[in-house]
Amino acid sequence: MASNDVVMRSKTRSDIAFKTVIYIVCTILALLSLFPFIVMLVNATRSTPQIQSTAVTLIPGGSLMKNIKLLGEKETFKPLVGMKNSFIISVSVTVLNIYFSCLTAYAIHAYDWKLKKAFFSLIIGIMCLPGTVTMIGFYRTCYQLHLTDNKLMLILPAIAAPMTVFFMKQYLEGTLSMDIVESARIDGASEFRTFNSIVLPIMKPAMATQAIFSFVGSWNNYFLPMILFNKPKNYTMPIMVACLNEDIYKTEFGCIYLGLSMTALPLIIIYLCLSKYIVSGIALGSVKG
Amino acid sequence: MKRKKLVNYSKYGYLFAIPFLVAFLIFTFYPIMYTLLIAFTNQQGIIPPKKIEILKDPFSCFKYLFKKRGATGKMSYFLASLINTSKIWIINFIPQLTLALLLAAWFTDNRVKVKGQGFYKVVFYLPNIITAATIAILFRTLFGYPAGYPINDMLIKLGIFKKAFYFLDNGMASRGIVEFIQCWQWYGSTMITLIAAVIGINPEIFEAAEIDGAGRWRKFWNITIPSVRPIMLFTLVTSMIGGLSMFDIPLLFGEGKEKLGLQTIAIYIYQTALKDPYMYNRAAAASIMLFLIIMVISVFLFWLLRDKDAAKMAKLKKQEMKRAKALGRGV
Repeated sequence: MASNDVVMRSKTRSDIAFKTVIYIVCTILALLSLFPFIVMLVNATRSTPQIQSTAVTLIPGGSLMKNIKLLGEKETFKPLVGMKNSFIISVSVTVLNIYFSCLTAYAIHAYDWKLKKAFFSLIIGIMCLPGTVTMIGFYRTCYQLHLTDNKLMLILPAIAAPMTVFFMKQYLEGTLSMDIVESARIDGASEFRTFNSIVLPIMKPAMATQAIFSFVGSWNNYFLPMILFNKPKNYTMPIMVACLNEDIYKTEFGCIYLGLSMTALPLIIIYLCLSKYIVSGIALGSVKG
Repeated sequence: MKRKKLVNYSKYGYLFAIPFLVAFLIFTFYPIMYTLLIAFTNQQGIIPPKKIEILKDPFSCFKYLFKKRGATGKMSYFLASLINTSKIWIINFIPQLTLALLLAAWFTDNRVKVKGQGFYKVVFYLPNIITAATIAILFRTLFGYPAGYPINDMLIKLGIFKKAFYFLDNGMASRGIVEFIQCWQWYGSTMITLIAAVIGINPEIFEAAEIDGAGRWRKFWNITIPSVRPIMLFTLVTSMIGGLSMFDIPLLFGEGKEKLGLQTIAIYIYQTALKDPYMYNRAAAASIMLFLIIMVISVFLFWLLRDKDAAKMAKLKKQEMKRAKALGRGV
């Protein structure tokens, strides 16, 4: 009995030590995750001389308004234009991506057709193909057809999104029973209507998570818009951010931090509101794969 | 009822797959084919020649990718960029996976319940959601030189550095920072994926091991790691492909400078095609090489994701057919 007691106690003691290590490491990592953003947000409210004397502090300064005014006077960084363009593109991309991925996944899940297997293999095969690979051909085609600076060139490709199709197919396999579809058929609904009014509502949870990722992915995309868009009026948010690298901002520390904050803050707020869905969505997506 | 069943629905399968297929053909297939074509032609210069022709030596662009740099005898830019990209990816991925595994094991420990897990998950994943372009320029500012930039300021005030260090002019330092950013942005995502995988392990296996007196470490090595291996492989492959197309952070953090070792493949393609020399054909050849590398990795991914049950069934069917054939011949 006594020796058993000792074992138990030493075990709990080692558990406490173990737990302490976990909390210390997690706290350090959490600070590491937050530190750059805290510095960014705090310095956005401070003037350049203040930042020059102490670059890291937790106390906000009073120069937010002045920084906003200074930033507004500069030529290139136009956050509102960037936000508008990014918003138009990201929303369109998300809608097309989700709707057509569901449709394609349904085509694979619900029907038997000869080329289905080959088609699904194609989807897995191109799942991870990055835009880098197609960029030269795509750019040259757009250039020759005078389609650079056309937002549609960034939006329409979203119709074929293999990753989302793959996810949606996995989801359909787990949730949609063909009995429902059968009974809709008996009721005389057309196939297309069955899909829109019966299958789509069932897929809502999957659509929500995928929509978040699709939106954020499109919003954060820098590579393609940067190559395709030459006119400043078309610049998306990441291209606007890249403008902060220009020399005219080099001496305006407060402005750089403010510009960065303007691009990061909307995302941080959306993320904090939807974090529950996002965090569970990451796990869902990958375990299913 | 019976008549309904006779309706052939398969045409709807084709019908519903058409939009995807058309978009794929226009926006992925055609550009790849065109890229392949460009790689063999004389399309180069800010205003490419009116008459596009196949080069006298069709493979000269591909050869150029591997040819040593002029008289210096240095490795070609393309190969150097391939090595840079691999280096940055590997050095970011090893600590990323280690950290993610460790945290996943901690957060799923059945004896020590870590409180505030939800908070930690949200915070660890935060850097992943922020625009990479923003992160790159934020870090460029944090590590700026000489005065008034946070990291140098802190290190001097803490007495660690005597004078400011020019991080952005030092290859080792700037590569290290890019690797750090990659790891920092992605370990949260990998961790959440792995946690889900660990939770999916049958708890009875852990309980049985505990009854046998297995400690934390033994359980981690002998149960957790083998069980999550498929997910780890999946993460590895997708991360590798993502890593191969790394662009935003090395470009905006260190201007993709070749002498800093920050010129990745994607940056090489971009700079070759859309900056001064405007060598579309060389950039196209580099894209095709990248495509081939990614295809090889994708085949592996394909093998990972294959429908195991269907594959088994197909195999059995084949064996049966063989046996039947053999029997037929035997008789």
